[in-house]
Amino acid sequence: MKKTYYQPEMETMPVEDIKKLQDEKLVRQVRYVYDNVPYYRDLMDKKGVSPDDIKGTEDLHKLPFLKKDDLREAYPYGLLATDLKNCVRIQSTSGTTGKRVVAFYTQHDVDLWEDCCARALVAAGGTAGDVCQVCYGYGLFTGGAGLHGGSHKVGCLTLPMSSGNTDRQIQFMMDLNSTILCCTPSYAAYIGETLKEKGYKPEDNKLKAGIFGAEPWTEEMRRDIEKSLGLKAYDIYGLTELSGPGVAFECEEQNGMHINEDHFLVEVIDPETGEPLPVGSKGELVFTSLDKEAFPLLRYRTRDICILSREKCSCGRTFIRMTKPLGRSDDMMIIRGVNVFPSQIEAVLLNCGYAPNYQILVDRINNTDTFDINVEMDPADFSDTPKTITAKEKELQNAMKAMLGINPKVHLVAPKSITRSEGKAVRVIDNRKRLGINI
Amino acid sequence: MAIKQVSIFVENKEGKLVTITDSIANAGIDIRAMSVADTQEFGIFRLIVTDPEKAKAALESSGCFVSITQVVGVSIPDEPGSLAKVVNILARYNINIEYMYAFITVSKKNASVVLRVADNEAAEKILTENGITLMEEKDILNI
Repeated sequence: MKKTYYQPEMETMPVEDIKKLQDEKLVRQVRYVYDNVPYYRDLMDKKGVSPDDIKGTEDLHKLPFLKKDDLREAYPYGLLATDLKNCVRIQSTSGTTGKRVVAFYTQHDVDLWEDCCARALVAAGGTAGDVCQVCYGYGLFTGGAGLHGGSHKVGCLTLPMSSGNTDRQIQFMMDLNSTILCCTPSYAAYIGETLKEKGYKPEDNKLKAGIFGAEPWTEEMRRDIEKSLGLKAYDIYGLTELSGPGVAFECEEQNGMHINEDHFLVEVIDPETGEPLPVGSKGELVFTSLDKEAFPLLRYRTRDICILSREKCSCGRTFIRMTKPLGRSDDMMIIRGVNVFPSQIEAVLLNCGYAPNYQILVDRINNTDTFDINVEMDPADFSDTPKTITAKEKELQNAMKAMLGINPKVHLVAPKSITRSEGKAVRVIDNRKRLGINI
Repeated sequence: MAIKQVSIFVENKEGKLVTITDSIANAGIDIRAMSVADTQEFGIFRLIVTDPEKAKAALESSGCFVSITQVVGVSIPDEPGSLAKVVNILARYNINIEYMYAFITVSKKNASVVLRVADNEAAEKILTENGITLMEEKDILNI
C-alpha cells in the first residue's frame, strides 16, 4: 500500500532536520513571547533567563514552566501575545476552579491546528472521497472545531453532527454513508451498541476509520469498538491550551501517537522535581508551542504521565511517539471527555452554602462514564419529608452542571456520613481503574 | 397538643435499617406507629415512640441522622366511616394532608391515626370543634 501523508515534508523529515527546525523556531518563539507576554517575561526575569540564553532546544530546560494555575492567574488576556484584533477565535476548557481556560487563535493558529487534525485524518486513511462524521461537541470545546477544520482541509465531505442524538447520528451514518467517525471512544462504543440493538451488523455501515480521543480508553475498548463498528480505531491527543486535538495522532501501526514536532516541542519531566528525563522514561509531558501567534505557551505542564519513543515507525513518519497517558500527576479527572477537578466541585458547594464534605464516584457502565457526587446535607434541610432534600439535590445538580459542563448525579447524604480515613476524606473514588483505564 | 414524631434519614444501603431498629430496641423504646417515605436514593423512616427524646439520643449515638417534628394525632372509633369523617372535615377547611399513617397497636374501641399537615394548630382547632378526639403525648404510653 502506498503511504500517504498530509504534509509529507514535515511528517517524514529526517530526525536531525526536525531538531534543526525546532532549534530555529524555539529561539524565535522565546524572543517573541518575551517581547509580547509580560506575564511570561516576568517569570523569565525572576528565573534570571533572557532570550539570549536560549540558543536551541538544549537550552529549553532553562525556561520557567507554565502551569494551569498560571492560566487562571493570567485569565483572560494575560498570556495573549498579540493584539485581539489579530485574533479570530476563542476556544475554552474547564479550569481548576471557577475560571475556565480561554485560548485565543489567529488565523495562522487555526490553520496550524487544522493541519494537525488533517494529518491525523490522513494517517487514518482519510481522503477527499471520504464522508467524515464529526460527533465531538461543537462550541467552546475544541473537539468539534478541530476535527471539522481538519476534515475540510483533507477535502472530506464533512458532517458536523456535534454530540448526542444517537438516533439521528445513526440515520445520517447509514443514509449518507459516513466512512470516518470522530468522537469520544465511549460514544463510539455507545453508537456500536445502539446499532446492534437496532439490528444492524458491523458490515452494514460504510465506516472504515474512527478518530477517538478526549478521554482515557483501553486497548480492550479499542478492539470492542473496532468489532462493533467494523472500522479501524485511531487515538488522538491534544489539549486546548496548545490548540486542541491533533497535538499527537496515531498512524496505522496503532502503537503510540506521533507528536507534531514541527509545531510542538515535547519534554518528559519528573513531576516532583521538574527535572527533564531522557526519552523512554515515564514522566509528565511538557509542551512548548513553537509557532503559535496568539496563545504561545512555553513549557506548559500537561500533568499527563507518558513515555516517549524515538523508535523508527514503519509508517514512515519520523515524529516522536507518545504512549496514551498512563495517569495524571494532579487530581484532574476526565469524565465523558470533560476535564473535572475536585476543586471545581468544592467551589460550587461553597457557593451554594454547603460545607465541602463530599465524595466523587466515577465508574464506567456499558461504556459510559457515570458521575455521582455525594454531599453531606445541611441538618436544617432535613425534617420529615423527602421533598426538601430532592429539591436541594436538583438545585445543586444544576449548579454543578453550570460549572462543569456535564451533569453529575448529586446525592445529599446524612451529615458526617462520608467516610474519613485518618481524618482526611477520600474525595474521589474512580472505579474505572478496575477496567484497566489509566485515569 | 401535637405529638412528636421521630424522623430518621435512611440511605438505601444494606444494614441501615438494622442500625435503627437495634438502637431503638436497645434503648428499651416501644414503637407505636411508623411509616416510611422512600425515593430511589433514600428513605425517611417516621416513628411515634414511647420516648421521642430518648429515641433521638439513642439513634444519634449510633450514627443516625434524626429530626423531631410535631404531628397531629387523632383517636377515632374503630368503625366504618371514622377516617372518612376526619378527612372530610379537613377537606372542607382546605387543610392539606401531606401524609398520614395509622398506629400499629389499637385499643379495643379506637383506632389512632397520625396526620401531617402544614398548620398543626389550625387542624387541631377544627378537628376539636368537629368532635374529633386528639391525642396527647401521654396517650401514646397508654395505647
